[in-house]
Amino acid sequence: MDSIQIPPIDFRLIAPLLVVTTWAMVLLLVDVFAIPANRKKLTGYLAIAGLVVAGLVAIPLWDVSGSTFSNMVVLDRYSLILTWIFLIIGALTITMALDYLPRHGIEQGEFYPLIMFAVAGMILMAQGTDLIVLFLGVELLSITLYILTGFAYPRLTSEEAAMKYLVLGAFAAGFFIYGIALTYGAVGTTNLALIAERLADPAAETNQLLLLAGASLILITFAFKVALVPFHMWTPDVYEGSPTPVAAFMSVGTKGASFAALLRILVTALPALEPFWLPVLGMLAALTMIIGNLGALSQTNVKRMLAYSSVGHAGYILLSIMVVSERGAQAFLFYTLAYTLTNLGAFAVVIALEQRSNATWSLDDFTGLYKRQPLLALAMAVFMFSLAGVPPTAGFMAKFYVFTTAYEGGLGWLVLIGVLTSALAVFFYLRVVIRMFMHEPQGELEPTLDRGLSADIAIAGGLTLLFGIVPAPIIFLVERSLVAAGG
Amino acid sequence: MDFVLFFLTAAIALAGAIAMLVARNAIHSALFLLLNFGAIAVLFLLLQSPFLFTIQLSIYAGAIMVLFLFVVMLLGAEQVEAAQDKLPWQQPLALVMGAGLLVIAVITAVRGGSNDAPPGGEAAEAFGDPASLGELLFTEYLLPFQITGIILLVAVIGVVVLNQQRTQAQSEETPGERPSSSVQP
Repeated sequence: MDSIQIPPIDFRLIAPLLVVTTWAMVLLLVDVFAIPANRKKLTGYLAIAGLVVAGLVAIPLWDVSGSTFSNMVVLDRYSLILTWIFLIIGALTITMALDYLPRHGIEQGEFYPLIMFAVAGMILMAQGTDLIVLFLGVELLSITLYILTGFAYPRLTSEEAAMKYLVLGAFAAGFFIYGIALTYGAVGTTNLALIAERLADPAAETNQLLLLAGASLILITFAFKVALVPFHMWTPDVYEGSPTPVAAFMSVGTKGASFAALLRILVTALPALEPFWLPVLGMLAALTMIIGNLGALSQTNVKRMLAYSSVGHAGYILLSIMVVSERGAQAFLFYTLAYTLTNLGAFAVVIALEQRSNATWSLDDFTGLYKRQPLLALAMAVFMFSLAGVPPTAGFMAKFYVFTTAYEGGLGWLVLIGVLTSALAVFFYLRVVIRMFMHEPQGELEPTLDRGLSADIAIAGGLTLLFGIVPAPIIFLVERSLVAAGG
Repeated sequence: MDFVLFFLTAAIALAGAIAMLVARNAIHSALFLLLNFGAIAVLFLLLQSPFLFTIQLSIYAGAIMVLFLFVVMLLGAEQVEAAQDKLPWQQPLALVMGAGLLVIAVITAVRGGSNDAPPGGEAAEAFGDPASLGELLFTEYLLPFQITGIILLVAVIGVVVLNQQRTQAQSEETPGERPSSSVQP
């Protein structure tokens, strides 16, 4: 019998992914056999080291591009920049969790490798050029997140969050796989570049009905994952119930990775279907911007407010995705980076104010924060300004970038809605700032600022300001990103 | 010979399905379903799909049935309760839809000659046999194959992590009854 010939594989192209997954698997064993139960922080430090190594490994790949594994994954600068963003998300999340977990009595060494697996799933979503690989990336990320949301298991809200996310996520996975099946039925391939080829070929007969049904199902999946209205209902409950570092991770990680995959699908596979998905996504974006920001207005729970705000921001990111051009991808990368830093920082401040016994995440906790912890209050003000899109923060530059790109891309009416809802959003972001600076402190609430949190807030706040004042290096970086077709 | 074998297995499959529906005990139902799965596996073999045969046996008759039985036993739901049906319109609707499905199936079977080649040409000789499937998994689909392994690993970790936490939490609540050392992994 003939032996199976394994095709040549270029391992360089998936080097960051390999480092993250291998490191996570080895770390699992190290954690169980070599690290004593009272020193689990060490696992966290090792996980951060792994993410840093993966980031360093990726640097020489800047000038490399190509696809491997039968054209199932591609390495281009677009995915490389996203990989770095995802590694930063993972590292900052772990830093946040180092002291949070023991403080809340839910410390387990497996937390850190699980975050690494989630990061691996996200990298896969950025690099995948085949619907099957994208599906597996989504599943790797989602299954990890189901576990992480339920990580504070004895706490009922955590259990509720995990169940809600699991049931809805399983539905979304069903939609995705069904959509892939229908698309395959219509065009006979799952490779993104080949799908575009078949669609562009006038001689090929494609079943339009099957194709549209498949494309819609795939769109629905991503709409659920990034929490576009009307698929956003789970977001506040899940964010509120899950451990706060996990909520922070989800709010930026899932969004970034899902949008990355969606952009690649739209740009590479379905440009021919633009007349179909443009109005659909336009409606979703408009609804998301309006309802997300309106929902945040009435919240008195900071975690829920941030959840609704993340829904609103999904709408803004979607604007950049819909401009299927190089500039759209650039605006998307810039926005994702700015939003990532800002939102992780805001969640870190929330963690600092979170008490184990009485976790209400009430807005009242922020009252008079400036008198108690001036630096913390200043940092939170920076994050709020950045989320609202006020200069001189990264959030402003990002919004500016996205809105101009969308306007040039012919999405004028959506930009109008975007600007109006941003103005609306200023109200609830500034409400927090006013409470911190203008009011006298009430009650006895001592913020717990451990080293990890301080480092997190300092890095996130510093970079948010830096990229707001000197955006040129990042713009230089994203302008050199190209979405390769990979096929 | 094939013909006799087919009718025998088909009869067993049908008998299993009907018995599953009418059995009052959930465990019996599950076992009749197992009979049905087994018979269908043999049908796959008669259609020269050895791969489907093994999958049917290992996934459906093996894994899923065990899951079923576990759930039934853990919930203690062996007996059907005589409680009032909360959705009375469900049964007639199900009957109508089932009848519709049957009609469609019969029409398809009568109209389309089942011996025709599928549209798009004759299937390859080795279509769907375990060897070519395995080859695909190790060549074209090597990456998805590996990722699936990692996903399963993560799922296993998840089960362990979530369960471990519960035992710890319980031991915190009742420190006197259960020494915490006994629940350490």
